[in-house]
Amino acid sequence: MQKVENARVSRRDPAPSRWAFRIERLWLTPVFRQLVRVGLPAFSVVFFAGWFFSNPVNREAIVAQIADIRRSVAERPEFMVKLMAVDGASAALAEDIRLAAALDLPKSSFDLDLDQMKTQIEEMQAVARADLRIRPGGILQVQVTERVSAIIWREGETLALLDKTGKRVAVLGTRTDRSDLPLIVGEGADGVVPQALRIMAAAAPIEDRLRGLVRMGERRWDLVLDRDQRILLPEKSPVDALEQIIAQDHAQDLFSRDLVAIDMRNAVRPTLRMAPPAVEELRRIKALELGDLFQ
Amino acid sequence: MIDLYESQRAMRNMRKAAMQRGVIAILDVGTSKIACLVLRFDGPEHFRENDGVGSLAGQSAFRVIGAATTRSRGVRFGEIDAMQETERAVRTAVQAAQKMANVRVDHVIACFSGAQPRSYGLAGAIDLHDTVVSEQDVARVLASCDVPDIGHDREVLHAQPVNFALDHRSGMSDPRGQIGNQLACDMHLLTIDSNVVQNLLYCIKRCDMELAGLASSAYVSGIASLVEDEQELGAACIDMGGGATGVSIFIKKHMIYADSVRLGGDHVTHDISKGLQVPLTVAERIKTFYGGVVATGMDDREMIEIGGDTGDWEHDRRTVSRSELIGIMRPRVEEILEEVRARLDSAGFEHLPSQQIVLTGGASQIPGLDGLAPKILGNQVRIGRPLRVQGLPQAATGAAFASCVGLSLFAAHPQDEWWDFEMPMDRYPARSLKRAVKWFKDNW
Repeated sequence: MQKVENARVSRRDPAPSRWAFRIERLWLTPVFRQLVRVGLPAFSVVFFAGWFFSNPVNREAIVAQIADIRRSVAERPEFMVKLMAVDGASAALAEDIRLAAALDLPKSSFDLDLDQMKTQIEEMQAVARADLRIRPGGILQVQVTERVSAIIWREGETLALLDKTGKRVAVLGTRTDRSDLPLIVGEGADGVVPQALRIMAAAAPIEDRLRGLVRMGERRWDLVLDRDQRILLPEKSPVDALEQIIAQDHAQDLFSRDLVAIDMRNAVRPTLRMAPPAVEELRRIKALELGDLFQ
Repeated sequence: MIDLYESQRAMRNMRKAAMQRGVIAILDVGTSKIACLVLRFDGPEHFRENDGVGSLAGQSAFRVIGAATTRSRGVRFGEIDAMQETERAVRTAVQAAQKMANVRVDHVIACFSGAQPRSYGLAGAIDLHDTVVSEQDVARVLASCDVPDIGHDREVLHAQPVNFALDHRSGMSDPRGQIGNQLACDMHLLTIDSNVVQNLLYCIKRCDMELAGLASSAYVSGIASLVEDEQELGAACIDMGGGATGVSIFIKKHMIYADSVRLGGDHVTHDISKGLQVPLTVAERIKTFYGGVVATGMDDREMIEIGGDTGDWEHDRRTVSRSELIGIMRPRVEEILEEVRARLDSAGFEHLPSQQIVLTGGASQIPGLDGLAPKILGNQVRIGRPLRVQGLPQAATGAAFASCVGLSLFAAHPQDEWWDFEMPMDRYPARSLKRAVKWFKDNW
């Protein structure tokens, strides 16, 4: 049996209801539209963010989450430093550097503060310069330039090795450990090491008799030879004065005589101080020459 | 109850406010369709400084940014019959147009074709106090027009001064500043049934919109369809709508007569429906697809399936020849045109220098009407389409949208009505502050 359809299918009324019409018009109002489309979302975002972050538990959770993500990246094997290689340093210095860096390897390269480590290593006396880099393969390469000790400085009872700029390199036990290096003494001597080195170089002809340099009153040098002979050098251009006196030594064999000191402080007028016996001897000889006259 | 006459001035201010805001809606409440256009006033013309009609007859001041049409409901003979239904149809049209324009519209200018418009010619004359015509003189001469008894329940829709005469010189459009002794004016008054207009006002109010103007559809169709020289030399515009056919006569760019015949395309549809025993929707469809008013031999052979869904095979397979259809349509169209002829005759159209008649409106699109109409209306008949306005969708450029387009032009360049002129001083209340201000203005 055929089903009889209801012929009068009620069609939907296309007309908007009064309220739908009003809402549509409200929606077309520019101010309202801006308020809903921009104002409301912005406000709700700010409000909910503020509400969320006002809870300390949430803040901590987020901080922990961020730290966790950072760690998961930092701890990938590509970023891990497994080894520290120190090049250009003696075995003892290398050991010192390792101790100073105090690295707990393996460690992520994100956690290494290379600048700070560089400063720390360069603060070490024996290190002139340190270059740190992380080589592929997880190796922390420390390229060290050591200070070369050029001179020994005795300060009171302690002996110190200084490099050519006057920077302290190490502490020395006994003078004989580094007998190849010249010795300087006196307060403030470490500040004028380059000058000391130049004087030493100038004093090369009398090297075998040289004992050391003494800084006098933090302003000038005394060159000390064996037999307690001293050459008092002037404040200005001590090298010239020394060369002058060495030339005189060549000519007159000055140092082998019984002198206590050669005063070159006034280079125009070198002054000799003889030992008391030599003075006596000189007086006697003069008396002999002139004796009759003085008698 | 809104007093239309009292609110005319307010509506003019509302229209100015809407123009300032830049958006205004046009609502044509017709019998077969309700059309809504949303106009935006932002063209170069809008910002022009000098007044007067600008380029493109002022059309470049606005563009159409939203257009919507919906099937009309609850409207008969161009009058609101079922208010709730009409209100819903208006809402549909306005909402769709707003949606297309993507802008909210608060002001609406409406037109309708029914409400039994009646035209009156008014004349007034005064002796000038001074020899120079001032604004006050114009106001006084307008006030001196003796208003006929327009009858109970009638409202003034249009009251346009169409002519000024100074002494023996007539045909002035603007007498201000001219010298003479006696100023006379002719005014065209159009009254409508007050109940009908109240219904429309109520409908628009229910849609939360402010009415910024009201016009007769016959008038605005004339503005849209008559070209400038026709308006100048004299022409009649026949707006053949769905439920009513509007007649308006123009001369010297003023409407001097308007009337409405309560017959239209819907009656043709009803005739077809009754004659062929088909539903109204089918009748409308047959009318628009196969309709005509002049039968040829070919039309006898062109068979139209008129169908049906009764389940009776014989009934559902009925066919009708096109000449039969034309035979049904032609008498009704002739009747409409004869009725129009009668109205034109009673208005004295034959005394006009030009006898141009322009047919527009949806029903003017019947094929063959250009052959039938001259037999009844006279030789100078043409089928008119409305002006092209910027932004109007292609679907809304047809003759059926003549009153919409006309209303847009009316919104851009309204004719000065009586209430747009100054009020004569003696009409102010005796102790009015306005009167004092006016006295100061005039004497200092």
